[in-house]
Amino acid sequence: MAKKRTVIDARDITKFYQMGEVEVKALRGVDVKIKEGEVVSIMGPSGSGKSTLMNVIGCLDRPTSGEYYLDGELVSTMTDDELAIVRNKKVGFVFQNFNLLSRSNALINVELPLRYAGITEGRHAKAVEALTAVGLGDRISHKPTELSGGQQQRVALARAIINNPSIIMADEPTGNLDSKSGKEIMDLLLKMNKESGTTLIIVTHDPKIAKQTERVIELYDGLVKGKGKKKK
Amino acid sequence: MNLTQSIREALESLSANKLRAALTILGIVIGVAAVIAMLAVGTGAQDTVLGSISGIGTNLLFVFQGNFQQDVRNEQPLTLGDVEALADVFQAPHIESVAPIVSGNITVSYEGESTGVEVNGVTPEYESVRNYGLLEGSFINDDHVNGRASVVLLGPEVADKLFDRREFIVGETIRIDGAPFRVIGVLEPKGGGSFGSQDNVVLVPITTARVRLLNRERDHVDVIFAQAVDAASVPLANEEIAQILRTRHRTELGADDFTIFTQEDFLTVAGTITNVFTIFLGGIAAISLLVGGIGIMNIMLVSVTERTKEIGLRKAVGARKKDILVQFLTESILLSLFGGIIGIIFGWIISAVVGRIASASGTPFSPTVGIDAILLATIFSTAVGLFFGIYPANRAAGLEPVEALRYE
Repeated sequence: MAKKRTVIDARDITKFYQMGEVEVKALRGVDVKIKEGEVVSIMGPSGSGKSTLMNVIGCLDRPTSGEYYLDGELVSTMTDDELAIVRNKKVGFVFQNFNLLSRSNALINVELPLRYAGITEGRHAKAVEALTAVGLGDRISHKPTELSGGQQQRVALARAIINNPSIIMADEPTGNLDSKSGKEIMDLLLKMNKESGTTLIIVTHDPKIAKQTERVIELYDGLVKGKGKKKK
Repeated sequence: MNLTQSIREALESLSANKLRAALTILGIVIGVAAVIAMLAVGTGAQDTVLGSISGIGTNLLFVFQGNFQQDVRNEQPLTLGDVEALADVFQAPHIESVAPIVSGNITVSYEGESTGVEVNGVTPEYESVRNYGLLEGSFINDDHVNGRASVVLLGPEVADKLFDRREFIVGETIRIDGAPFRVIGVLEPKGGGSFGSQDNVVLVPITTARVRLLNRERDHVDVIFAQAVDAASVPLANEEIAQILRTRHRTELGADDFTIFTQEDFLTVAGTITNVFTIFLGGIAAISLLVGGIGIMNIMLVSVTERTKEIGLRKAVGARKKDILVQFLTESILLSLFGGIIGIIFGWIISAVVGRIASASGTPFSPTVGIDAILLATIFSTAVGLFFGIYPANRAAGLEPVEALRYE
């Protein structure tokens, strides 16, 4: 098997917050390397810095120090607007609480990243295709309030893949779902990873979810515990 | 994101809270309606005033005693001697004719009906200078003036009040200050003006007025009307009058003790006054527009807070600062633009109602909603939306995606 490209290359990442008087050291020098097509889960107790790490990897936030290359591009020093463009093109987000626009139907929600990318041509068809891929081809004009939790998360998933991102960041994707639809969403995520080779990163508490991933990065007190042991 | 998309999204999010949007634009509606109505009323008033001044007569110059701009010692009155000098073709070639008047307010009565009117003592020249026409009878002649005759011409409004008719009055006798006067004619209507009706007037020979009604000293007159040969020679006539009067009053050095107005001057003054009036009304109305704008800002701030999470999500999927800024600005501009359009319609209705009420109460007065007022209101209300939208939109655009997503 040919050596795979490194998609995520984070070196010695730190992130400090000022919370009132106290300085919180959320990340204290984390190295993460993830290869193209890998399925990785990030675990750790509350306060371990896993959300912060997700924000940095997902380009929502810049590290205090350290270098972060996404797809070979140095993103840790980019401006807000440059980061927005990177998020738009390279990162697909799936959130615990879906984060859909409640007033807009499924189609418009899925189209949203394309709109911000300035794509108008074939936008509709692409969005329909993505919704069909997650099994909601017959629900495109339903609003989030008219969909079940599992269906809403599928819409979010369609939105995450619409721009053919390099990585999908899923933050507790099954946290707000019952076990049946949670399993369906996990299967869908893994299926997409297999079919399109998109790197999948799941932040979770749930060991059952972590067990389905190829590698677990465990965080503890802002540091990676062990060395991200490889399974299988 | 292109413009149509932004507008569609803005409409979507505004329609999610219809009542709130309606209440928000109410402030703008009231403001714009007030501005439109006030400007319309102001413009209507201006048209009426200027129209009535133009109706006074053409090519006219008015000479008053005294200097209106500075104090003058030994101020001399205007006299019949001055009038004669002005009427001299060789001294004043650009003056067609000259008509002095003395004027005052007095009570006239007929068979128990009595009414207060303006009485003008005039000479025969007054007819042509003021462009008077007669409904019946004839104008005052030189014999009446020389003989201090007790004859009177009635303005149409006076005729209405005393006789309830405007014709077949010649030969009747009315009483002015108790003394009997024979009616020799009725004047044609000249229309009302903002300086009081020009039709509520009686004309008597100048000598009669001076000696028997108004008790003026010797040959003093109140105002001299001079008619220039044509409109183009009004400035020359003005200069001639000034020269003659300076010589006669011995004021070649120092300030004039008389003032000459042309009709142009009156139009300018009246125009200035009504403009100030319009601006004043418009300014008051604009304050309510300002209040409406603050209402928009308030609601937009609430909206930004409410939608923090949505903003975070939009940023997460790739919205730049500019995209969020445009989104919220579009909303606030749309709000104020809608308010502006509804306000224009309301303002129009209000000014039409004001016009109706005015004409029903006898003042011919038509408020005019000009295209300029509509443009002004539209641009101004949009600007209000833009101005008061900038702060909330900026706040939205400046949110950190991480913070915004975490917001509950």
